[in-house]
Amino acid sequence: MALGGCGQGSRGTGTQEIRIVDYYNTPADDVAIEGTFESCAADLGLTFSRERVPGDQLVAKVLQMGSSRTMPDLLMLDNPNVQQVAASGALAPLEPHGITTDGFTPAVADLGMHQGTLYGIAPTVNTIALFYDIAALDEVGLEPPRTWDELRSAAAELTTSDRYGIAFSAIASYEGTFQFMPFMWSNGGDETDLRGDGVLGASQLWADLVRDGVASRSVVNWGQGDAIDQFKAGNAAMVVNGPWNIAGLRADTPDLDWGVATLPVPSTGDASIAPLGGEVWTVPITGDEEKQARAAELLKAFVAPEHQLFMGQERSTIPGHAATAERFAAENPDLGTFVEQVSTARARTAQLGPDWPTTAKAIYTANQRVLVDGADPAEAFDEAARTVS
Amino acid sequence: MTTTTDTPRPGRDAARRRDLLVRIGFIVPAVLYMLAFFGFPILKNIVMSFQAYDFATFFNGSAPFIGLENYAATLSDPIFLRALRNTGLFTVGSILGQFVLGMGLALYFRKRFPLSGFLRSLLLLPWLLPMIVSAAVWRWILEQDNGVLNRFLENVGLISEPIPWLVSSDTALIAVIGVYIWLGIPFNVVLLYSGLQSIPEELYEAGALDGATGWKAFRHITLPMLRPVVSVVLLLGVIYTLKVLDLIIGLTGGGPANATQTLATRSYEMSFVEFDFGQGAALSNILIVIALAFAIVYLRANARAAKKG
Repeated sequence: MALGGCGQGSRGTGTQEIRIVDYYNTPADDVAIEGTFESCAADLGLTFSRERVPGDQLVAKVLQMGSSRTMPDLLMLDNPNVQQVAASGALAPLEPHGITTDGFTPAVADLGMHQGTLYGIAPTVNTIALFYDIAALDEVGLEPPRTWDELRSAAAELTTSDRYGIAFSAIASYEGTFQFMPFMWSNGGDETDLRGDGVLGASQLWADLVRDGVASRSVVNWGQGDAIDQFKAGNAAMVVNGPWNIAGLRADTPDLDWGVATLPVPSTGDASIAPLGGEVWTVPITGDEEKQARAAELLKAFVAPEHQLFMGQERSTIPGHAATAERFAAENPDLGTFVEQVSTARARTAQLGPDWPTTAKAIYTANQRVLVDGADPAEAFDEAARTVS
Repeated sequence: MTTTTDTPRPGRDAARRRDLLVRIGFIVPAVLYMLAFFGFPILKNIVMSFQAYDFATFFNGSAPFIGLENYAATLSDPIFLRALRNTGLFTVGSILGQFVLGMGLALYFRKRFPLSGFLRSLLLLPWLLPMIVSAAVWRWILEQDNGVLNRFLENVGLISEPIPWLVSSDTALIAVIGVYIWLGIPFNVVLLYSGLQSIPEELYEAGALDGATGWKAFRHITLPMLRPVVSVVLLLGVIYTLKVLDLIIGLTGGGPANATQTLATRSYEMSFVEFDFGQGAALSNILIVIALAFAIVYLRANARAAKKG
């Protein structure tokens, strides 16, 4: 550690090391991230140390590091939080360091933007689509649903006494809102107008699925992990979920023959718009500008297209660079649907920025009222609109 | 001899002063501990509740004072009344259930029978499990479609439709109270049982001679003798129950549709989900005042009992 060759004039030992904080704890993620950083750091002659924080504690940890002036040199953030942290002045703009999002899918580039300035960059992203049980669909002689009407009827046909047609997550947390976005956006809904017909229609669709008994009432208490577990256990024939489950599906249920389709849209010809998920890398302001520059240098190498390709393959996530994503789709046909879904996806914070979390909470609260209390979507979302105004 | 009794004054003063220093020396660690771990956090919490203390505060350190705004916002929050009502129902329901069942079991285990010691120690099991583990297991048990409880009730023919325990506004609070009763029984049994052990057997013998047996013995001997233990059990129970957070977060996260939101979970949500630490602090101060009210009732009742006794 003390051997760090270059910068002789540094203050004490260990300051040469780039400190990295992220939440990649699962083996597949951890190995891919660590390996990429290792090869980049070796090329640049840098050393680094990584700290892995439990996912649900990252934001609290960031607040703590912010108040004690111990921000790391490279910080990973879940994309909906980036604008909030950037707005508080904790992050350094990336463009002065030569990091750009040229060639990125525009919506992916948006993930790290705050008021027109680039503060973060996402090497790979994910989104959600519709997983389905091929055998179950064959049994009733159906194709994967493409429109809401087809979704309703397919879910009904697939429902049996011990299996629901579809599972999704409508839990009272940001996950519940994440899963609602594709239905809302594809229906013309907009997060700046919660009283709009697009929003209400999407909420009504969820309400119908639960009321008709083709989705369990438990959706209101299921996270995305619980939803995929229902699919794995054969309790649901279709599930709304993301590519991070693919490795688990192969390992836990090797006999289950599943496929992935883009999420159904209100009517034929509508665009299927899903929300972008995934993590964004930032360079916090630590006061040591020279070190910030080195951290940025490491980040620039880390997000290079060839590393995006490697991390995408290892972690079943989609490269943010558009041309790389196309190459990735050709090499990984299993993930083709997700690549397609990402190309039309949207960033959740694109319009509301730091105010997104408040609106996200209003949305899941309203959906809970609709699904649990049987409230009319118009009434529930009217209240939601009042809490965010 | 006169010379020995006539000790010079300064010496006696010095001894007294040393004595005082020693006494203070014994108090100082406790005082420092209280100030650092109780005084400071409470003070900080009170100050915070008058500040706009949010996400950005952690980075730029600015937390302007905004008077009573946090309290006004907290009290006018549409969820506040619901959380207050839920807190009341949750506390009364849990304490009542825990106490009645705990008392019943304590009385039962007073009788010696084979394996009674073993069974009594099994009763402590819920206490030994981390609460977050209990919550996860109960979530499976109470799951609507495939949960053990619904499957069991259906198989014995008690219900024909599965009960949506944790996913309906009507049953979620009841289910959460039920789980918390299960969790609180060991605490009640242990304290009440040891209280029962300290009641001398002769009292019952004397009472029996005067015709006090069964219910009468319980009413006129057991209950009065157990009074101090009962008041401790109830007071601690109320305070523990008012602040329950992990169990509710683990079971329902305060949902569905805020059906199990209590003051404690709402305050946590304000601080750590909405990152409005000022409002979270205001709400938790309200919770502290409520808990304090119970402590005062308890202390006064104790003082009155001491005066009488």
